[in-house]
Amino acid sequence: MAESGKIDPMHQFAIEPLFGTDHLSLGGFNIAFTNSALYMVAAAVVLWIFVVGGMKRELVPGRWQMAVEYMTGFIKSLLIANVGEGGKKYIPYVFSLFMFILLANLLGLLPLGLIGLHPFTFTSHFTATGVLAIMSFSIVLAVGFYKHGLHFFSLFVPHGTPALMVVPLFFIELVSFMVRPFSLGLRLFVAMTAGHVLLKVLAGFVINSANASPALGLTVGTASFILMIGISALEVLVAVIQAYVFALLTSVYINDAENLH
Amino acid sequence: MPQIAQIAETYSSQIFWLLLTFGFVFFVIGLGMVPKVQATADARDAKISGDLDAAKAAFARADEAEADYRARDAESRAAAQALLAKAKAEAAKAAEVKLAAADADIASQIGAAEARIKAASDAAMAEIETVAADAARDMVARISGVDASDEAARNAVKAALAHG
Repeated sequence: MAESGKIDPMHQFAIEPLFGTDHLSLGGFNIAFTNSALYMVAAAVVLWIFVVGGMKRELVPGRWQMAVEYMTGFIKSLLIANVGEGGKKYIPYVFSLFMFILLANLLGLLPLGLIGLHPFTFTSHFTATGVLAIMSFSIVLAVGFYKHGLHFFSLFVPHGTPALMVVPLFFIELVSFMVRPFSLGLRLFVAMTAGHVLLKVLAGFVINSANASPALGLTVGTASFILMIGISALEVLVAVIQAYVFALLTSVYINDAENLH
Repeated sequence: MPQIAQIAETYSSQIFWLLLTFGFVFFVIGLGMVPKVQATADARDAKISGDLDAAKAAFARADEAEADYRARDAESRAAAQALLAKAKAEAAKAAEVKLAAADADIASQIGAAEARIKAASDAAMAEIETVAADAARDMVARISGVDASDEAARNAVKAALAHG
């Protein structure tokens, strides 16, 4: 990829330690405060500001309070639709998950490059999405075994399975169950990475074609630029959809743990 | 791909900061603030449904009061009608009694008057008979020179009067 001029579409994913914290470590592990960590903090702070604005607790809400209550109500109805009334106790977790991922995706799309900053999307790193996915999966396991004990394994044997098929089906279901955290984490990582790479590649087309000749710049460059506008809009949609998919699948998995089948 | 190329040196920092920031988000925002936001929304929903119920109840009460009012209205109308009918019947009865009394009075007056008229006409008749009998005796005496008896003249007059 690096051969296409000086523009490396993968460079945007590079993690760099900031403020000279390269060697900050905890128990032998490096915990440098990186650009990725900066965006995690930014997402948390923006989310905190957003929710604080909705804490006026007025009977007749203002616009901001309305927006915050809309988001909590959205997560609540998502959980009630997928888990039932018992899903309400997961509102804090699923709300945190959804909003944190959503803000991470959207903050990474901000055109901060225009003012010389390097936007970074930490959800395009599977180290980050993997932790979130393992967290969701752990909650499913913990709730499942806490509520149903070893009976939780009946999740792997659907109703009406012929006796002969119980053992093979158990292993197939077990594999599909164990794959969940990977699919959950990789889906978000892949979607965010692909979108950002595509935008960078098209931006590379615009710059390189314009540098090559005015004729190429006007044809290829203009076409690529128009395509970029459309894909940027699509990326905003993908940012929302991926956050929603993560929250939705988490609630579907929680439903398995809460209600078995 | 930096995600894979840098994994060895960055995974610990990524996991550490993610757990730290997401921990803040979950414990401070998710557990600390979201339930309050949710409680406000729930309280509002409860208030709205409560107000709606109260309005519905008030509406039902108003309907009830109207029905009650209508029933009482109909009742008092019927009572008034009955009172009116009774008064009318009483007045008609009284008028009838008075009319009957007046009729009887008038009838007796008419009877008396008729009796008086009859007496007068009888008296007049008797007078006419006497006068006619005198005249007939005079006529008989003048024409035939016979002096007719009073009895005969009277009989002749009676016969003539009876024949018209």
